Amino acid sequence: MRWASPPGRPGLTGRVVSWWGERPVTQAVLLTGVALILVFFAINTAANMERFGITPGFGFLLRPANFEIGESLIGYQPQDSYARAMLVGLLNTVKVALVGGLLATVIGVALGVARLSGNPLLSALVQGYVEVIRSTPLLLQLFFWSATLQALPGPRQALNPVPGVYLCNRGILLPAFAEDGAGGWVLLALLAAVAVGGAGMWLRSNHIMGRTVGSIGRGRWPDALILLIALGTGAGVIAGSGVSLTVGFPELTGFNFVGGGVVSPEFSALLIGLVVNAAAMIAEIVRSGIQAVPNGQWEAARALGLPRGRIMRLVVLPQALRVIVPLMTSSYLNLIKNSSLAVAIGFPDLVSVVNTSANQTGQVLESMAIMMGAYLTVNLIVSALMNAQNRRLTDRRRR
Amino acid sequence: MTDHALTSAPHPVAPFPPTQPTPRQRLALSHARALWGALFGTPVNAAITLACVAVLAVSLPPLVRWALVDAVWSGPAERCADGGGACWAFIGEKLRYILFGFYDQDRQWRPLAATLILLGLAGMSAAPLFWRRATLGVWLVGLAVALLLLCGLPDGPPVPTERWSGLPINLLLTTIGMIGAFPVAVLLALARRSRMGGLRSLAVLFIEVTRGVPLIAVLYVATLLVPLMLPSGLTIDKLLRAQVAIILFVSAYLAEIIRAGLQAIPDGQYEAARALGLTYWGTMRLVILPQALRTVIPSIVNLTIGLFQDTTLIVAIGLFDVLNTARNAAKDPAWLGFYTEAFGFAALIYLTVCVLASRYSLWLEARLRRVER
Repeated sequence: MRWASPPGRPGLTGRVVSWWGERPVTQAVLLTGVALILVFFAINTAANMERFGITPGFGFLLRPANFEIGESLIGYQPQDSYARAMLVGLLNTVKVALVGGLLATVIGVALGVARLSGNPLLSALVQGYVEVIRSTPLLLQLFFWSATLQALPGPRQALNPVPGVYLCNRGILLPAFAEDGAGGWVLLALLAAVAVGGAGMWLRSNHIMGRTVGSIGRGRWPDALILLIALGTGAGVIAGSGVSLTVGFPELTGFNFVGGGVVSPEFSALLIGLVVNAAAMIAEIVRSGIQAVPNGQWEAARALGLPRGRIMRLVVLPQALRVIVPLMTSSYLNLIKNSSLAVAIGFPDLVSVVNTSANQTGQVLESMAIMMGAYLTVNLIVSALMNAQNRRLTDRRRR
Repeated sequence: MTDHALTSAPHPVAPFPPTQPTPRQRLALSHARALWGALFGTPVNAAITLACVAVLAVSLPPLVRWALVDAVWSGPAERCADGGGACWAFIGEKLRYILFGFYDQDRQWRPLAATLILLGLAGMSAAPLFWRRATLGVWLVGLAVALLLLCGLPDGPPVPTERWSGLPINLLLTTIGMIGAFPVAVLLALARRSRMGGLRSLAVLFIEVTRGVPLIAVLYVATLLVPLMLPSGLTIDKLLRAQVAIILFVSAYLAEIIRAGLQAIPDGQYEAARALGLTYWGTMRLVILPQALRTVIPSIVNLTIGLFQDTTLIVAIGLFDVLNTARNAAKDPAWLGFYTEAFGFAALIYLTVCVLASRYSLWLEARLRRVER
């Protein structure tokens, strides 16, 4: 083994050669070996598929899937294609990951701050929660939530913890926009409004953090204003488009509920399990991030006369974020990957649909490739977004 | 941690009651005052405390009543149906099934012995005293004995792996998974840090793809795709396929942990080793890896805890680990529906092992920091 790097040669070839590095022949042999093993597997797979009478390739995606999917965001019938079935699965995965990530972040940050509160009782409670969640397998927690939701009474004896909300073995029933086909668009408009408002706040917070300490504390209320304007615009668009905004409440008629929105028991169990689990992880991340901020920062802020809440929000949290955001990335990625446990409690996520497709068609290689490709793509997107956010945070330090 | 150390220190026995408060008593008094202040010092704190007490008051008594007071500890299922409490009689009745699954009833001392061997080995290697080369040999012998026991050898008919189930499966997949992943992970970490572009790309590709997909997907590949990739006529046992999948999956995560350890080693160490005339492998084996690995032991322990929890995912490919046997026990028509008890029992097993292990990891971290100083 030589230690020195090979002498640099000019030009593109030189760069390739120096990138390839030491022991060029051994490396080439090794890589060829790996490639040969893969080719060996590919030949076997092709032979086995031919033996079973399966045509390799992605043509099967256009054939009708012929299986039911419990719930989907887009219209789906069993005679739809495998491609559409897989899209339904992917959208279900994205749905649970998005809603779960949002809820877990809010609850996790609150728990992380609570863990560090001066109150020993609250802190001990949060610590106990985190410890129990982190010391039991996620699948066990999902099984527990699934069994608990299935053990709920039937619609006629449904629990009614909050007016308008019912818990029964058919799922969780909530007030929702009336299903006249426009409900989805209304929701989309409101979501878009919140997103625009959030982006506005984000830009403003950027601006505020760049300012000097003396001006901190002023100019917070425009955040609320931005959000209000955005929401108002969203509401205006809805009102302008002439869609009637009727909210339907679930009502018991006969043996089942009519009206309102239903969150299926499978989705509820998966969502509760994932959120409870991820919130515990995020609480730990937030705690370690806040603790990583030196005490002097607290003291300096207190010397400036800032109250405790504002110290946390304006001085400590922005610095803690530098520790928190990279760890959050892996936490979100874990949440997405963990949503694949849906298959064990009967929620039709991507893994579940792909698995059914693979079993039905025998197109195992193609199905697995699609599944892996989908997860890698989603992961790449989340990593890229979070890295951009992280770069923004670390860049500010240099300023 | 520090509070615990303070309060649990043994109190010295005073021969006579002292007239002045001892420093220890004064300390305790000031602690009590600080505690009172922290609980009720400000209106907000008092409100939080009261809210916490309310939450505990609402949730704890029913839980205790269900789990202990009203619980049925023995007897047939009918007795459980009468009481409103937990049916621990169900666990008592199904204990052997939950722990050892479908293993032949009269030979269940074998999985029991295998479980004890694996737990004993894990406990032994927790002591830094045993961090030496010979321990690896003991592990290999222990694993071989445990596997032989589970196989039903050398005496009696062999037991097929389909009937291996329950807790030994989790322990086996975890221990063999970590031990098997270790050499792979070290090679991957070294390859990822090497100056050889082709090799490095291969390592990066493997690590990132593996870390990008869920374990369930990898297990499905092992169950569905691998049989298709083998020449016709050749089959590999399903449990073995899952084990290999787990080894490869974990090796990607372990490689990243080891890489972090390698990055923490200052360049001077490499240069000094080179000045001594050590080869690359000599440098790694004698100088770099021992230091790099020592700093990441707590992370490795945490990864092991995670793997132990993740072995439950083999449920998805139809294998019966302890979680699946517990769930299955509640499907027995005679004892139908005691899911909470079944999951509670499985949770208790996991809680015990994982809390002990994470406490150990914290202790180890503190100890390593002390040694460094």
